[in-house]
Amino acid sequence: MKARAGWGQWAMGGVLVALMVFTLFPFYWALVSSFTPDAALFRDPSLWPKDIILDHYRALFDERDFFTPIRNSLIVAGTTTFFCLTVGTLAAYALARLEFRGKAAIMAFILAVTMFPQISIVSPLYLLLRSLRLIDTYPGLIMPYMTFAMPLTVWVLTGSIRQIPRDLEEAAHVDGASRRQSFTKILLPLAVPSLATTGILTFIYCWNEFLFALSFTLGPERQTVPVAIALFRGQYQVPWGQILAAAVVATAPVAVMVLLFQRRIVQGLTAGAVKG
Amino acid sequence: MKSESRLGWMLVAPALGVIALIAIFPLGWTFWESLHLHELRMPWLGKPFIGVDNYVEIARDPRFWAALGHTAFFTFVSISLELVIGLFLALAMNRAFRGRGFVRAAVLVPWAIPTVVAALLWRFIFESQGGIANELLVSVGILDQPIVWFIKTWTAWIPVILADVWKTTPFVALLLLAGLQNIDLTLYEAAAVDGANPWWQLRHITLPLLKPAILVTLIFRTLDGFRVFDLIYVLTGGGPGTTTEPVALYTFNALLQNLRFGYGSALSVVIFSITFGIALLYVKGLGVKLAGEER
Amino acid sequence: MARISLEHVEKVYPNGYVAARDLSLEVADGELLVLVGPSGSGKSTILRLMAGLESVTGGTIRIGERDVTDLPPQQRDIAMVFQNYALYPHMTVRQNLAFGLTIRKQPVSVIDQRVLAVAASLGLDVLLDRKPAQLSGGQRQRVALGRAIVREPLAFLFDEPLSNLDAQLRVETRVELSRLHRKLGATMVYVTHDQSEALTLGDRIAVLKEGVLQQIATPMQLYHHPANKFVAGFIGSPSMNFLDGVVRREGPGAERTFRGKDLTIDVPLRTEAPDKVFLGVRPQHLEVFGGANAGGDGTLRAEVGVVEPMGNEQIVYVTLSGGDRLVAVAPPDQQVTPGDVVSIRVRPEGIHVFDAGTGARLG
Repeated sequence: MKARAGWGQWAMGGVLVALMVFTLFPFYWALVSSFTPDAALFRDPSLWPKDIILDHYRALFDERDFFTPIRNSLIVAGTTTFFCLTVGTLAAYALARLEFRGKAAIMAFILAVTMFPQISIVSPLYLLLRSLRLIDTYPGLIMPYMTFAMPLTVWVLTGSIRQIPRDLEEAAHVDGASRRQSFTKILLPLAVPSLATTGILTFIYCWNEFLFALSFTLGPERQTVPVAIALFRGQYQVPWGQILAAAVVATAPVAVMVLLFQRRIVQGLTAGAVKG
Repeated sequence: MKSESRLGWMLVAPALGVIALIAIFPLGWTFWESLHLHELRMPWLGKPFIGVDNYVEIARDPRFWAALGHTAFFTFVSISLELVIGLFLALAMNRAFRGRGFVRAAVLVPWAIPTVVAALLWRFIFESQGGIANELLVSVGILDQPIVWFIKTWTAWIPVILADVWKTTPFVALLLLAGLQNIDLTLYEAAAVDGANPWWQLRHITLPLLKPAILVTLIFRTLDGFRVFDLIYVLTGGGPGTTTEPVALYTFNALLQNLRFGYGSALSVVIFSITFGIALLYVKGLGVKLAGEER
Repeated sequence: MARISLEHVEKVYPNGYVAARDLSLEVADGELLVLVGPSGSGKSTILRLMAGLESVTGGTIRIGERDVTDLPPQQRDIAMVFQNYALYPHMTVRQNLAFGLTIRKQPVSVIDQRVLAVAASLGLDVLLDRKPAQLSGGQRQRVALGRAIVREPLAFLFDEPLSNLDAQLRVETRVELSRLHRKLGATMVYVTHDQSEALTLGDRIAVLKEGVLQQIATPMQLYHHPANKFVAGFIGSPSMNFLDGVVRREGPGAERTFRGKDLTIDVPLRTEAPDKVFLGVRPQHLEVFGGANAGGDGTLRAEVGVVEPMGNEQIVYVTLSGGDRLVAVAPPDQQVTPGDVVSIRVRPEGIHVFDAGTGARLG
C-alpha cells in the first residue's frame, strides 16, 4: 500500500510540474524574446537566449512613451478603486449588518449586474459620454468602470463583513457605543484586511479592462496599458520585440503583487464567489 | 426597527444609484435604440422606429448564428478543460507540500494579467512558421513541418482555447479549492477505515460534496465564456475571415466599425438576454441563501 | 444597582417563530436570577431583549424605574458578558476593559484607576498589554467579566459565560462568580442550559420552555415543589423518574391510590384527580434492596442493568418487570451488580403526581 501511495504521489507531482511549466513558459519565452533583436525572433528560435539587447525596452520608453499608458492606468484604476471602496463599504455594512426589506432583492440585483455583458452597454455609454464631452478623458473611463467595479466591491465586502462576528459590535453597543462609533472603532479596524483585498481585486480588474478603454479613448494620451499594448503598430511589421517588452513591464509588477498578496487574493476571490 | 430600515437604505443608496445610472439606464437606452434604424454611416436615413425588424434581421443573419456557434463551442471546450485541470490543481493544492505557496502564486499570475497581454503572449508563441510552438512541435516530432496557425480555422482555435485555459484555470482551481476545503476531512478518514481506496473516495465523497462549488464555477465561467471579447480580438481578430468571431466581437464590429447602431443595439439586447437568462438560473438556484443566511 | 422587570413581554419574529410568550418576571435589586431551559426555550432571547439587542413585539421592560422598552442598548446602562466573550481582538486587554468608559468620555485618570483596580481584583494586571489572541480561555473570560465590572452598570447580563470552559475551570469560575455577586451586591441575570449551574448559582431560578415561563422560584422550591412535569424532569440530576398510571379512590377513606404498570402506592391527593397521571419520584427517593422479595405496595421488582459508581454514591439503572426503566441512587458501599434482581422501594415522601394531559402538579 505504501509503494502504491508513493507511485500516486509521484504521478501527481509529475503532472503538477508539467502544469507549472505550462503556466510559466509563456512568461519565460516573452522575457527571453524581449531581449532578442527583432530580426532573430522568428528565425531559428531557441529556448536559451543567444543575444541580450535592451533596445526594445529603451524604445518602449523613449520612442513610444510607455510611461503615459502606465500613468493613465494608474489614475483610472486607482480612482475607481478608491471611490468604489468608500461608497461600497457603506453599502456593504448596510447589507451585512442591517435588517431592511428589499435586502435580498438588492443583493440579487447587484449579483445580476456583475454578469452584464459589457458589450451591451458600450454604445449608449459611448453616446452618453460623447454628449457630456467625456470621450478620451479620465472621468470618461472611471464612470463606465463603476459598472463592474461597484457591484464587485459591494459583493466581496458584504461577504467579508459577514464573516466578522456580530457580537463584537453588540458588545460595543452594550458598552455604550453608538452605531457610528462601533462602525469606526470596532468594525472598520477589523475590516481593513478585507478592504485591502477588495481594493487589490478591484484594482486588478480595472487595470486589465480592455473593451471600455478601447471604445472610450481616442489616442495615446489617454489610452490605458492594455489598449496601448494591443494597438502597437510598427512601420512595416508587428513590433514583437517591443510588444513583449511592454508585456514584461506590464506583468512584472502584477507578478510581484500576486506573490506578496496571494493569500489575500485567494481569500478575497473565494469569499466573494463561494459565498454567493 | 424602523430607523434601521431607513439607515440601511441611506447607506445603500449611493452605490445603488451609481449602478442604476451607469448600468441600468444605458441598458434601457440600448433596448430603445434596438427598435430603431440607426446607421451612423447613412445619416440621411434619420432614425425611424422599425419595431422588431432588427431582431428579424438577426434571426436571418448567418453571421450572427455562426458567431453564436463559435461562442458556444469556445465556451464548452474551454470550460471542460478548465474544470478537469482546475479540479486536479485544486486537489493538488489541497495538500500541504513544499513550494505550495509558490505554486499558488505562480498559478495566479496568468489570472492577474490583462487578457490582452495573455493573448499577445500566446499569439507570439504560435505566430509565423518560425514561432516557438512550431519549433517545439517539429523538434518533438508531432508536426512534420511548421504550419501557419492563424490561417485555418480549426488550427486558429487551438491557441485561443489554450490561452483561455491558461488564463482562467487558476480561477476555477481556486473556486474548487474553496469547495474542497469545506469538506470534512473525517469523512475521508472514515472511508479509509472502511476500506475505500482513493478513487472511490474521489468519486463518492469529493465529487458529490463539491457539486455546489462546481455549479458556481460552471455558471461564472459560462457567463465569462459567453462574453469573451478581449482574447479573440487580439489573438485572431475573429479570423480567419469571421470564422472565430464570437457574438461580442460581432456586436462590437457592427457598432463601432460598421456604425450600425440600431442593429448593433439589437445584437446587444440579444446577448444580454442570453446572459441574463443564464444569470437568472444562477440567482434562482443559489440566491435563496443571499440575505438571511447568518441568522 | 436596579431591579429589572418584564411585563407581558412577547417576541415574535417576522417568520412567525415565537421566542417569548406573555412573559412576566421580576429580578429584584441585587438578586442573581438564572434563566434556565433547553435550547430553543427562549432564554438567550429574553436576555437579549433585556439588553436591547433585540426589540420586543409586545409588553414592557423596566430597569430600575425607567421604561427602557424602546431604548437602544447604549442607553440602558447594563453590561453583558457574551458566550464567546466578544473581546475586541485589535485592542489590548487594557483597552478592552476601558472601552465602555472611553466611549462615555470619562476622564483618563478615572479610567486608569478603575481599570487597574478591576484588573488587579481579577488577576489580570500582568496581562494588561496583551491582546485577546494571546490569552487562554479562562483569561479571556475574566477580561469579559472585567469589562462589565469596570462600567459599574445597573445590572449584569450573562449569556452562558461558562459553556466554553472545560469542566474543572467551569466549576472554579462558578464559585468565583458567586463570590463576585456577593461582593458587588449586583443585580445579575444569568442564562444557562446547565441545571446544576442554575441550582448552585441562582438566588432564584426561572425555568423556561419554548418561550413560556414554567416556574420561577428558589432552587430548593423548584427541587422539592416543581410546578409541572417539565420542571420536575429538568431540575435535579439524575432526572426524576416518571411512571404513568391512574389514580383511583380505592378505599373507604379520602386516600387515593396510584396504579401503574408495576407500582401500586397510596398518594396524598385530596382533590378529585383525573384518570391519567404521571407519578414522579427522584432517584434519591428510591431505595434498592437486594433480593426479590417484592413485598406489598410501594415496592417494585427490578433487574439491574447498569451501575455507575460516582464515588459518593452509585447510580443504578434498573428495568421493571413491565419493561419500564428507573434510575435509583444507592449508597456507595452497597453491593449492587448488573444482572441482580432487586427490590425497589419508593419513599412516600418523595412522590409527586402530575396530570398526564397538562403536566401540572397535582400533589
